Amino acid sequence: MPEVTAETVATSPEAVAQHLVASRYLADDSLATAIFLAIRLGKPLLLEGAPGVGKTEAAKAIAEVLGRDLVRLQCYEGIDAAHALYEWNYQRQLLAIRHAGEHEIDIYDDRFLIARPLLQVLRAPEQRVLLVDEIDRSDHEFEALLLEFLSDFQISIPERGTIRAEAQPIVILTSNRTRELAEALRRRCVYHWIGYPDTKREAEIIMLRAGGVAEATARAVANAVREIRGRPLAKPPGISEAVEWANAATILEKGGSPWPEAFRRAIGVLIKDEEDLSGITPELGRIVEEALA
Amino acid sequence: MSRDLNDPSAPFTGRRCPEGADEGRRHDGQKVAPPLTCLPASSPGEESLPRAAEPLLGFARLLRHHAFPIAPEQVSSFMQAVTLLGPRSMADIREAALATLAPSPDRRGEFEAHFRSHFYGDARPSIAGEEDEETRIKDDHGTREEKNQTTRQEKGGELSSAIEQLSSRDFQRDDDGLGRFRHKLASALPARRSFRTMRTRSRGTLDLRRSLSEIVSADGDIPSPLLRRRQTVPRKLLLLIDISGSMKLHTADYLKLAHATVQGADRAEIFTFGTRLTRITSALRIRDRDQALARAAALVDDWDGGTRMGPTLLAFLSVPRFSAFARGAAVVILSDALERGDHADLETAIRRLSARAFRLSLATPLAGDPRFQPATAALRAILPDLDDLIDGSSLNSLTDFILSLARPAPAASTIWKRVS
Repeated sequence: MPEVTAETVATSPEAVAQHLVASRYLADDSLATAIFLAIRLGKPLLLEGAPGVGKTEAAKAIAEVLGRDLVRLQCYEGIDAAHALYEWNYQRQLLAIRHAGEHEIDIYDDRFLIARPLLQVLRAPEQRVLLVDEIDRSDHEFEALLLEFLSDFQISIPERGTIRAEAQPIVILTSNRTRELAEALRRRCVYHWIGYPDTKREAEIIMLRAGGVAEATARAVANAVREIRGRPLAKPPGISEAVEWANAATILEKGGSPWPEAFRRAIGVLIKDEEDLSGITPELGRIVEEALA
Repeated sequence: MSRDLNDPSAPFTGRRCPEGADEGRRHDGQKVAPPLTCLPASSPGEESLPRAAEPLLGFARLLRHHAFPIAPEQVSSFMQAVTLLGPRSMADIREAALATLAPSPDRRGEFEAHFRSHFYGDARPSIAGEEDEETRIKDDHGTREEKNQTTRQEKGGELSSAIEQLSSRDFQRDDDGLGRFRHKLASALPARRSFRTMRTRSRGTLDLRRSLSEIVSADGDIPSPLLRRRQTVPRKLLLLIDISGSMKLHTADYLKLAHATVQGADRAEIFTFGTRLTRITSALRIRDRDQALARAAALVDDWDGGTRMGPTLLAFLSVPRFSAFARGAAVVILSDALERGDHADLETAIRRLSARAFRLSLATPLAGDPRFQPATAALRAILPDLDDLIDGSSLNSLTDFILSLARPAPAASTIWKRVS
């Protein structure tokens, strides 16, 4: 197998899309272009979109295509530098001091340094892809910290000096847009808004992702899900839910339920909110029937 | 400069940072990326660009003109992206623009319209309409202060009969509870945990870093451990005051409240809106209330006029410096939310505001009536995005509410659903 590098993958947006298909991820032209540009321009890729449209999956697929490890930094409210950059292993340092007795010992040695995601990627930019997931959950101070990292790809450790990346690492950021990100961050990134796919593409995704789902089923699910998303729901179903719904319905059908009934019984994997469920149930029969037609 | 555009491999080889290039980056921001210098709209290096690049620059300029925040850095990425993609078709240019100029999804439609009008020469119906309706924004810079003072003095003669009234109102200052409000405000605002930690003697986590250096200096003996704790900082408070005709009875009270707020809180911002948007925070920084209110009054041009709540709030959000005030802040809108005509703009504005704000509250004087229901189409539309919908008919209820901002409350939609 030939060596896979960023250069060989990103020759054109179409090549990127083909590689992604091989990793079981269907990207539309626009997303493939954004990924291509992010790799070639050496900029971070910022993916925004509703929950469940495959932002994190895209990052996993990119890492797989490039043959690199995915280092994931999950953001949450209150995340700080010790969780994102590095931390000293104080317990080991203490033990080492005790153990050394009269000898000189460097307690700021590499073996006492715990590398957190950002530092891990910095150390081996050619082997890793950094995914900063759900950045909209973090505080804006953390966003500022990240901004610094993303512009220079370096981390300063007071005891050790500055650690710099030898090559530009590939970074993917995702956001659910529960709050707006700082303009400065958007500016530094290649940006792509992932929307829900059209029914044809969604059916293809379902076929690719779910094992053993018939084409007709996939198309029906895609149609029904599109119809359901058009309603004012508290939590519109994402692609992953649609895949699960197709899977669940297929299993039920094999277990003996006839088609429309199988879809109705499996609705729990598609809609996971009580109010939404009670709103959609009376109409579900009609929606499924129309989708199957 | 033009080399970067004509040679597709140039940006790519630039990815690998050689040691030398990195040195330059660290010491001198100017050296960072040579393409930057040739790309701002009106820079002298523009002539050296190939002619074909001109429409791309023009597009960025057009977007900027329509208040899209576009940095020079983004323009250079845009041009690099177009070069990388070929470009084989207009679709490539569009994709490149979307990826690098990053229009926010809310303004995607507007972006597409500009793209079509610029590159295909389409008519621009929607854009022309917007220009007419563009909301005027006024920031109270210090330069205006002199002028304001003189106009105030001129009016002084006419208003002489009112002086007694003014002084008697002054006398009531403590009766309206604003003095008390002012003192309590700083400590009553909702707080957030800061990134910074502070040293503490109790209630904290072990500050291992500091403890360890202590241990090293004590030759391995473990003295008493040192503790640290995250600091808390009060959130910003943003008041948006509706000064249109329908709010006439309340604006005087609201401005007094605004003055007390600016005096009491560290980081408060006050805007007024009617048909225009005016920032009056620095006028209200003056300690003396009458003087401050007079100055603020002179700043505002659209007293007791009509309301264009949606467009003015959108205008507020479109100025990055202003919308940054709303980020993570407690936002209180003092308005009756009686929107003239279509309320789609209002809905968008409120949704975007609530995405930025820590807590978004609407205080309407109409809610002072016990029979009040959020029944108008506009109110119903924005209710799900509001954290609170409260009575704004009296100063007392408002001050009580603002002092209680730090305490959690059920969302407005659940409260009003229960009532109705």
